[in-house]
Amino acid sequence: MRKLSRLSRFNIASLAMGLAFLYLPIIILVIYSFNASRLVTVWGGWSLRWYHEFFNDRAMIEAAWMSLRVAVSSATIATLLGTLTAVALSRGEAFRGRTLFSGMLYAPLVMPEVITGLSLLLLFVALNAERGFWTVTIAHTTLTMCFVAVVVQSRLGSLDRSLEEAAMDLGCNPLRAFLAVTLPLIAPAIVAGWMLAFTLSLDDLVIASFTTGPGSATLPIRIYSEVRLGVKPEINAICTLVIGLIAVIIVIASLASKLSSSQGESAAPL
Amino acid sequence: MSGRRIFARPARFAAIAPYVWMVLFFLVPFGFVLKISLSQTAIAQPPYEPLFDPTAGWEALKAAFAALSIDNFKLLASDDLYVFAYVRSLTVAATATALLLLIGYPIAYGMARLPRRWQAVAMVLVIVPFWTSFLIRIYAWINILQHDGLLNQILLALHLVSRPVVWLSTDTAMYIGIVYSYLPFMILPLYATLAKMEPVLEEAASDLGAPPWQVFWLVTFPLSLPGVGAGVLLCFIPIVGEFVIPDLLAGSNSLMIGQTLWLEFFTNKDWPVASAAAIVLLVVLLVPLLLYERLQKRQLEQGR
Amino acid sequence: MTDDLPRTDAAADAVGADAYPAAGQPLLRIEGVAKTFGTFRAVDGVSLDIKAGEFFALLGPSGCGKTTLLRMLAGFEAPDEGRILLGGKDIAQALPHERPINMMFQNYALFPHLSVRDNIAFGLKRARLARADIATRVAEMVALVKLEGLEKRKPDQLSGGQRQRVALARALARRPQLLLLDEPLAALDKKLRENTQGELMELQRRLGMTFIIVTHDQEEAMTMASRIGVMKAGKLAQVASPRELYEAPRSRWIAEFVGDINLFEAESKLRDGHRLVIGTSGAGALVVAEPREPVGAGKLSVAIRPEKVKLSRRGPVSEAGHETAINRLDGVIADICYLGGTTTYKVKLDTGGMVQASVANSARLDVDAYSLNQHVVAWFTPDDCVVLTS
Repeated sequence: MRKLSRLSRFNIASLAMGLAFLYLPIIILVIYSFNASRLVTVWGGWSLRWYHEFFNDRAMIEAAWMSLRVAVSSATIATLLGTLTAVALSRGEAFRGRTLFSGMLYAPLVMPEVITGLSLLLLFVALNAERGFWTVTIAHTTLTMCFVAVVVQSRLGSLDRSLEEAAMDLGCNPLRAFLAVTLPLIAPAIVAGWMLAFTLSLDDLVIASFTTGPGSATLPIRIYSEVRLGVKPEINAICTLVIGLIAVIIVIASLASKLSSSQGESAAPL
Repeated sequence: MSGRRIFARPARFAAIAPYVWMVLFFLVPFGFVLKISLSQTAIAQPPYEPLFDPTAGWEALKAAFAALSIDNFKLLASDDLYVFAYVRSLTVAATATALLLLIGYPIAYGMARLPRRWQAVAMVLVIVPFWTSFLIRIYAWINILQHDGLLNQILLALHLVSRPVVWLSTDTAMYIGIVYSYLPFMILPLYATLAKMEPVLEEAASDLGAPPWQVFWLVTFPLSLPGVGAGVLLCFIPIVGEFVIPDLLAGSNSLMIGQTLWLEFFTNKDWPVASAAAIVLLVVLLVPLLLYERLQKRQLEQGR
Repeated sequence: MTDDLPRTDAAADAVGADAYPAAGQPLLRIEGVAKTFGTFRAVDGVSLDIKAGEFFALLGPSGCGKTTLLRMLAGFEAPDEGRILLGGKDIAQALPHERPINMMFQNYALFPHLSVRDNIAFGLKRARLARADIATRVAEMVALVKLEGLEKRKPDQLSGGQRQRVALARALARRPQLLLLDEPLAALDKKLRENTQGELMELQRRLGMTFIIVTHDQEEAMTMASRIGVMKAGKLAQVASPRELYEAPRSRWIAEFVGDINLFEAESKLRDGHRLVIGTSGAGALVVAEPREPVGAGKLSVAIRPEKVKLSRRGPVSEAGHETAINRLDGVIADICYLGGTTTYKVKLDTGGMVQASVANSARLDVDAYSLNQHVVAWFTPDDCVVLTS
């Protein structure tokens, strides 16, 4: 009997082309960031010139610093709130407004960013809040906590409930059972959630544009205004640095999930 | 019926902080959008009128209600610019989603058929670009598509064209950008359902005499429909409101609704019209949003 | 199990134990316990006494409420009605961690992030035992379940049988007054399951502990338990020793659930001294011993276990004066099912019915085997018949 081959040539071709499509533009971008020439068309040899230029660009550095601060603080708050949300939704009994709550959670995942950004700005204006670091942080937290909640909730959902019961059976009160058993087991998802929130915040242009004030631009806002004027090699360098930072984060994330791989299933970075 | 009673009560309190946060920073802001969309445009800072003052009491509230007008919505309905923008947003989103499905399905299918260990690797490979900045990915394409960019250089070198092709500021560039940016969102839900499917089902179908294409159409594809639904919604909804990609890659002669909203807000400083545009966008997206929400909930709460 | 191990006396220092009743005295009393999920009444007024030192099995098909009852004993569900008394104290509303009861979970629920040692020590740490005591107790438990050398392994590095042992050790480590076992052997293959049954029984006897096991496997319940409670639709249908359950089932449903049985619907009833003559639809008139308890109203049927039906070519050699005492049914062999140790024959009776006979294959060669369509006589004594109400 001829065994049906599971992986056809068509399967392999579509996979290879798909991955090439996903990666080639980024690889090209990285390579060109080391181009000595100012003209993108001309390859002028390897050089770190544009990195040098970036590190001397005060406005750019300030924007990058702002972005990093916002990303770290919003990701941290979002992880806290998102984890609480996931626990409440997957372990808590029905409470008043549960449907509304979960609706509010899933909507921002797909809601066009222009709407989220605009609505938050109108709130901040009405509250007379000074726009800058905190308003962007709050806006990003609102968006990213929903992603954290989804990531953590799906891990909680796949967790065997009898583990928590076993912990209580062996003398833990509910809170202790959560801390001793549930939390260590969902830790990779929480870490992954934080990283996701961090990169989403670092990435965001639209919501930050709405909610930030004059003089406190984030990196994407700066990049965007430069890109509108055309391709600049310096932007390639900045983008490469951001990609490098994110690559480091992904490596850390996969190491973190390896360390706790005793769960039998490795947590994907999403 | 698993230990719910014990965990339930304390776990419920975990909802308090995030609940308050979401009401304050997600729900309440929509109230403001709605209110301002019904306000008059004014040349002021902030540029709208009337500003509701909660300290002024009931009379002021009544006055504020009396001042509400639907002029902004009338404007949106009568001005071709906006009507076209909505129509264009929906057609672009529909076309792009169809393209994404066509391109994403074979990739997801290929992933699901890889040996187990390689599936994990392929999944990481698909997710990683999603972690790199959205803006950077668009910028990468500008690099390639510009007048003297790599694509034109290759085409010229191969003598496929005699003159550089204009790629930037065209719909083609925009579609490339959208497909590129949203591809992981399409692949992942598709892959999730395809990977869960028992390979035995396909074997059973071919055992019962179905040729490969029938196995696909009669068994594989129908069973992957939940994934198709999730992927389509996950792409369609945000694309309708997309701003960055059309702004950077498409021409400026026809705008999408995200762009007009941005323009009204930042350039024309007409907040009430921008708010009204946001409300209309939200209404347009209400049905897919609700569908998506139901899908999400069902998926996440299956384990309960 | 090795015998040189110190006998861990559950009674002496069970965590939180006050007074542990002597063996044979009631330990657990379940009074009118009921639990409803939505509109589904999972447990419907169950009352039951469990004696100290008993190995009790809750047996029933899936969905009969046996697991819910067990979970109420462990404290994962609170009963809507009734009391659960442990050593005279009502624990129905106590939380799981407040009860001197431990449970071995169906899929073991071993903590995947903890080693074998830490899994076993988990409950001891919660009981705030001294570090040295924990180490001693863990070592004791590891030896008890023969897991020496595997202490540092994580659960996913263990085989199914080893995992089962860790789960057992973890549940026993706190020396509970009562150990609950939820389908403890369901995940093991047949051979391993049979060995483990023996080990569990041996362990229970040696520790003098009280075990309650939940199972849907009647053979497992019969093998291990000293007493079995059969549950059906949230109610206890019968509580009896394995032998009584098998030989004197209280209803037709129990008779069919526990082992194979031939059933003949009764159509008429006649008293003949200490015997009843019952006219059946399939097998004609059958003579049965008068039941100890008076037969109630409702539809009657005569039941006979297949191994109590004898087959012969010409019928039993009749002793003088006993001809009427033996039920003799003529028929032909309709189906043969060879099972190794025994062969089950289906006999199509001349009276229209069908009877199953299970015959031990006591000789290696098939000299006494019957062939299809062969004429045989199936016979059995009145004492082997049971009269059942449906």
